[in-house]
Amino acid sequence: MSIPDSKTEEAVALSRRGFLGLLGKGAVCAGAIVGAGSAIGASQVGSGKHAFQQNDQQYAEAVNNPPKIPEYNWNDHQWAMGVDTTRCIGCLRCMEACKMENSVQMDANHHRTWVERYVYLEGSSTALVDSQTDPKNIENSGSETKFRFDNRYRNVKVAKAFFVAKLCNQCEHPSCVQVCPTGATFKSKDGPVLIDTTYCIGCQYCVQACPYGARSFNQSRGTAEKCNWCYHRITKGLNPACVEVCPTGSRIFGDRNDPESPISLFIRNNHVQVLKPEMGNAPNVFYIGLDKEVV
Amino acid sequence: MEHVFDHVTPYIGYVYPNETDFPWSQLIVIYPYITGLVAGAFVISSLHHVFNIKSFAPISRFALLTALCFMVFAPSPLLFHLGQPTRAFNAVITPHWTSAMAAFGYVAGFYLCLLILEVWFAFRADIVAMSKARSGIMGKVYGWLTLGSDDVSERALALDHKVARILSMIGIPAACGLHGYVGFVFGSLKTREWWSSDLMPVIFLLSAVGSGVGLIIVLYVIVSKFRKTPILDETMRGLLYVMFTGVAIVMVIEGLEMLEMVYKAREGIDTVMALVAGPIWAGMYIQWGMSAFAMLVTSALLVFNTHGKRLVTWLFLSGLAMMIGVLAMRWNVVIGGQELSKTMKGLLTFYPEMFGRESLFTVLIITICPYVLLVLITKLLPPWNEKIEPDHRVSEVHKLA
Repeated sequence: MSIPDSKTEEAVALSRRGFLGLLGKGAVCAGAIVGAGSAIGASQVGSGKHAFQQNDQQYAEAVNNPPKIPEYNWNDHQWAMGVDTTRCIGCLRCMEACKMENSVQMDANHHRTWVERYVYLEGSSTALVDSQTDPKNIENSGSETKFRFDNRYRNVKVAKAFFVAKLCNQCEHPSCVQVCPTGATFKSKDGPVLIDTTYCIGCQYCVQACPYGARSFNQSRGTAEKCNWCYHRITKGLNPACVEVCPTGSRIFGDRNDPESPISLFIRNNHVQVLKPEMGNAPNVFYIGLDKEVV
Repeated sequence: MEHVFDHVTPYIGYVYPNETDFPWSQLIVIYPYITGLVAGAFVISSLHHVFNIKSFAPISRFALLTALCFMVFAPSPLLFHLGQPTRAFNAVITPHWTSAMAAFGYVAGFYLCLLILEVWFAFRADIVAMSKARSGIMGKVYGWLTLGSDDVSERALALDHKVARILSMIGIPAACGLHGYVGFVFGSLKTREWWSSDLMPVIFLLSAVGSGVGLIIVLYVIVSKFRKTPILDETMRGLLYVMFTGVAIVMVIEGLEMLEMVYKAREGIDTVMALVAGPIWAGMYIQWGMSAFAMLVTSALLVFNTHGKRLVTWLFLSGLAMMIGVLAMRWNVVIGGQELSKTMKGLLTFYPEMFGRESLFTVLIITICPYVLLVLITKLLPPWNEKIEPDHRVSEVHKLA
């Protein structure tokens, strides 16, 4: 889908700079991941599957005493995300980072982001699809908290294969906000759809309404959960965790109000698509390299 | 490894990872079922109160009490289902009006108040009579229940009758609204192919009438057996007409909905067909089998102009069949809709839990409660127009009934 020829010199130069930056970041992240990976493994032995779940005290502290962000004005920003599926290598560091950063339940059934693997076998006109949560992948890695795809296509002829990262689309017309009976979930001025977990009644109507399966239900808290683009990070000028750790730069994040931000350039320089446009939700996650089989 | 798949809904094909945690369980199956029984029972009561159809007079007050008892428990499955039940009233205090669900508290509350009011007006004469006839605590209770209004003159009774009739008239659109609303909660979700149908509110409403009439038939026969009173032929014939109409229309509309879905054959229709043939096949057989049974039996009863004991037996069976068929239909809609993945490339198979907050045990308890309440409330407010005669006194209060 991308048209490399149309890129300007500056854009190319920028992407080169970006690449160098990424290399540096990648090195740091690789270290972090090795450490984190072993931390997950270690803590799992000790405390079971909710190793990275915030404990109740931490949760209460975060809810009752949210961090103040003095110089942040949500009218000044319009956040958006891009996913370049042609770059994704399916390493799943994004899933891991998200789980750790946001204290997402450490099981295979609750995710704020995930990656889908699409594989066309030779002679087939439809794709085989799976994600890390496929029991075979978990069996292969031996744990729900080791985020890895198995190598099931090793002995077959693959015609085409690619990965698609999924997360909340922070829609312009979010179905979840429309159906929330209390207004506990709402669209913020700067883009992300947020949840007031102190007001959510846990009816799960939003989980039903999301066309993208991006919402889940936190049983221990009795409230809905979803990706908020690491709102606690982006309001401090940082990237969301998944963007930060992506070693190939397949996730792009930025402020659309800034015409030179990575996301503005990404949208300007590529033919972008969104998922399920027929739903009318107007997503704010923009993709390149989608395929007819992508759900 | 075993713990990994403890609470996971097994699936085939590809489903979104979060879908394996099933959002709406069997509690949400019985919620529309119970409200449906309310709507159906209320319709029977209204046929007498509003349209003055005499054949329903003997059961109209019983049907009204039935509607009230089921309405009292209609919100309980929702409360058991909520992740934060103590915050349930957030939806009423600060409703978010773009949500269909925000209307629930108001619609249900309004309808409950209406039922209570109508019951009071329909039973006021009896309450007054019993407050005079009974002594001790029950005499006092009935005294309080009169709310100080103990006028049983002909004029006052005529006014009671008129008010009950007006309330019943308001109750018809309210019952349709309550149940149409439940259909809207499902039908308005564009996300799920199995739910997203304009016919959903109509289907819910009509099947509600079918199951509610079935309930009244079943209860009327059972209660009459217990009370050793005759089952009135005229009443059973009336119930037969309503039952036949209800089941005939609902089968046609449900058939049309399926036909439209198959005929349009939008993307993912293969998965829809696999759903019907797969996870909900038993439910579909029960739903359509029971409906077809009720349809055939009621048709035969009409064609052969059956009366008497044979009418009672067969109408009882078709009433029971309709109750079971509609319960299966609720399962097929609520559970089936979620078993069909949003990816339209996968199917989940839901297995209900036996014990726990959201389990079949809870469902059983909630389903039994309205019947228990009905037994108690018919003791307090006997709906069968009997003479109230303690202490050698007779109060004639049913001239207008």
